[in-house]
Amino acid sequence: MATLQTRATARLMMSPAVILLFLWMIVPLVMTLYFSFLRYNLLMPGTEEFIGFLNYQYFLTDPAFFTALGNTLMLVGGTLLITVIGGVLLALVLDQPFWGQGIVRLLVIAPFFVMPTVSALVWKNMLMHPVNGLFAWIARSFGFQPIDWFAQLPLFSIILIVAWQWLPFATLILLTALQSLDGEQIEAAEMDGAGALSRFFYLVLPHMSRAITVVILIQTIFLLSVFAEILVTTNGGPGLQTTNITYLIYAQALLQFDVGGASAGGIVAVILANIVAFFLIRLIGKNLER
Amino acid sequence: MGSITLEKVSKSFGTTAVIPEIDLEIVDGEFVVFVGPSGCGKSTLLRMIAGLEDLSGGRIIIDGKDMSSEAPAKRGLSMVFQSYALYPHMSVYGNIAFPLKMDGQDKAAIDKKVKDAAHILNLTNYLDRRPGQLSGGQRQRVAIGRAIVRQPKAFLFDEPLSNLDAALRGNMRLEISDLHHQLKTTMIYVTHDQVEAMTMADKIVVLNAGRIEQVGSPLDLYRSPRNVFVAGFIGSPRMNLIEGQEAAKHNAVTLGVRPEHVRISKTEGAWKGTVGVTEHLGSDTFIHVQVDGVGKITVRTDGDFSTDFGQQVFLTPEPARLHRFDANGQAI
Repeated sequence: MATLQTRATARLMMSPAVILLFLWMIVPLVMTLYFSFLRYNLLMPGTEEFIGFLNYQYFLTDPAFFTALGNTLMLVGGTLLITVIGGVLLALVLDQPFWGQGIVRLLVIAPFFVMPTVSALVWKNMLMHPVNGLFAWIARSFGFQPIDWFAQLPLFSIILIVAWQWLPFATLILLTALQSLDGEQIEAAEMDGAGALSRFFYLVLPHMSRAITVVILIQTIFLLSVFAEILVTTNGGPGLQTTNITYLIYAQALLQFDVGGASAGGIVAVILANIVAFFLIRLIGKNLER
Repeated sequence: MGSITLEKVSKSFGTTAVIPEIDLEIVDGEFVVFVGPSGCGKSTLLRMIAGLEDLSGGRIIIDGKDMSSEAPAKRGLSMVFQSYALYPHMSVYGNIAFPLKMDGQDKAAIDKKVKDAAHILNLTNYLDRRPGQLSGGQRQRVAIGRAIVRQPKAFLFDEPLSNLDAALRGNMRLEISDLHHQLKTTMIYVTHDQVEAMTMADKIVVLNAGRIEQVGSPLDLYRSPRNVFVAGFIGSPRMNLIEGQEAAKHNAVTLGVRPEHVRISKTEGAWKGTVGVTEHLGSDTFIHVQVDGVGKITVRTDGDFSTDFGQQVFLTPEPARLHRFDANGQAI
């Protein structure tokens, strides 16, 4: 790759892929930007006209927007908390040698292969259903009043479902990190008089910090746009209790047919995601440098 | 104080006995080297003393107390690992301070001990660095620093120099010997390199297949190896081991003679042979000679002796320096 010629050839060969990807990204983005400045409602065809920042003004002053923003952050934060802590603990367990390790590892990874819609439906109808659900049956058999999950704790229920889906991912990444920990380091710490807890906090956790950073970054990207789980379980309700930004935009576009407003929302979501990413990378990017 | 006694110590993994049974006495302040080919169980033995491996039988007594089933930290020993096993996310200071911190000592005391250790090991300027920013020799010194701050009863070294290049290995060999003279603490050192064993040890323990072949001072082992294995293992280049007719002439099954105890001459001698490869080291010359009816003999001679490939030479072993072994490989 040293000569001028090979470099030029490489650029030429790469260009179709790069150009295709660039168009794939830029066309929808520009169209969304364009729509966001139009009055564009599917119920009133033919009345499209340029209205400046009016769509943005409506979207940003809508009280639903702030509720949705709060819900989005709760959803991301809650899921991250459960998956990272649960993932670390599961990885620690799975790293121990025990009989049937292979099967158990496979089972732990399995939820990742289930489609979000399917898993959400399974949770809704088989686990969390207040009459037929497994949780309700457990509660009743102990003599408690069953919880109507989606009515009483709607956002927490969504967080549980999403966390269940992402736990395998976190576990897998953290397990590989754990397996790369040098056994002699642990033995050295043992000789230095460190107990199991000290070994975990002084050696294991710092060793995994990079993997934890990766888990947080990747999951945040995907969790900001959780949609299917909300659509098939609560439809954003009761009220606005489980409406996140993604769902709000969906409601704007396909329930109220306001393409212009939804586009403005989409652009706002892109900006918000970038702000979150900026802070995340500043906050934990130091971890990756080491 | 740091005397260590092994009583009938044995180790087996499943049905394979790695160490059948070992008795050994290590006196306080001694520098003991376990040496043997790879897979002879020397590292396993060290790890058993450290408490990182369970015993399958026998007892380990440290300073008169039975420590056979005590946790590693309770035995009062510290260990330097082959990979150094430094904690990569802690600074050099943090690494050296870690055992003291785990011991619950107060900050001022820790600070003083770490600074002292760093001073002894020339690490004072590197205390803020992380292990990843240090060279191999410096990492080695940090590992030693982490071992000495605990003021252990004995140090255990598990092939500590095998990751260093040849020049550095020579230096560190001297530094560790120096340290031993300064601290006068018992040290147990595992290596497969007989040069390290010869140069550093007060007492060498030669291990083979989990058994002790011979225990003694370096010169004891060199002068009077008890069997063929020790004879072949100690000394560099290896002792020439001759079997067959020539050995039978001396009433032995195997006859051993060290390369430095064979005289070479271009005109006369007991054995006639043809020169093969010659290795010039400057101070010495190693000449590999094919002797008819005897086999390949390595000769060590002074640096000025020159020969050509295929030249006829005569060799004469010094009669007083011959080692004779019987059919079981034991010295006669």
